[in-house]
Amino acid sequence: MSSFSHGPFLWYATRAAGLVTLVLLTASMALGILNAGRFRTRRWPRFLVQGLHRNLSLLALAFLALHIGTTVIDTYVSIGLPDALIPFLSPYKRFWLGLGALASDLMIVLAVTSVTRLHLGHRAWRLIHWAGYLCWPVAVMHGLGTGTDHGRAWMVGLTLGCVAAVAGAAAYRAARLLPARRLAR
Amino acid sequence: MSQRLRVNPIMCAGHGMCAELLPELITLDPWGYPIIARGPVPDELTPMASRAAAACPTLALLIVEEEGR
Repeated sequence: MSSFSHGPFLWYATRAAGLVTLVLLTASMALGILNAGRFRTRRWPRFLVQGLHRNLSLLALAFLALHIGTTVIDTYVSIGLPDALIPFLSPYKRFWLGLGALASDLMIVLAVTSVTRLHLGHRAWRLIHWAGYLCWPVAVMHGLGTGTDHGRAWMVGLTLGCVAAVAGAAAYRAARLLPARRLAR
Repeated sequence: MSQRLRVNPIMCAGHGMCAELLPELITLDPWGYPIIARGPVPDELTPMASRAAAACPTLALLIVEEEGR
């Protein structure tokens, strides 16, 4: 057994990749809500919000792969690839890890259906894309409930910051839905 | 073969993304709905036309292939 797959390096990498995934997913979620709420300013055209939402989502997927890969390769805790992809399969922290697996699956479904949106059609894509509202909270709960850093003040602070960002975007969208605002362009 | 832009008026929700990405051929009316320039898409603009069609939030911007004369 090499020190690479058993030493602390992989565990640090897993934690860091998980945190980066959380931040990227939060940014993507907030931008997605802003995009649906037709957010636009003079300096921030619509295509910028949409493009960032898309690219940050793909980047989040890359860090998710790193997060899962380093967890699976690490032999200190025996979490296999099936445990990372099939929710609530892992005997280790079954519930909290299961949330992570569920969020991962949803992220993959959201990405695949968005890349193939032109073939899928708008209505089917949109219906599936609502799963984003399930994916992000589940991912946040996974981060709160498991991992070496859960419960630490900075981790709780980071999570609260993420929740505030998405809540802010949601508040913007809700305000745009009010009838009085709908007429004002 | 040349390409023409078409808008599906039932799907279009007036997001205005197309006019941002393809201002050469698409302007917006006062309500935010697209007005497409007449004629086929010039060759040099076909990549941007494809991008605008793919970026449309409701996939209402269509590129129609037609036989050249």
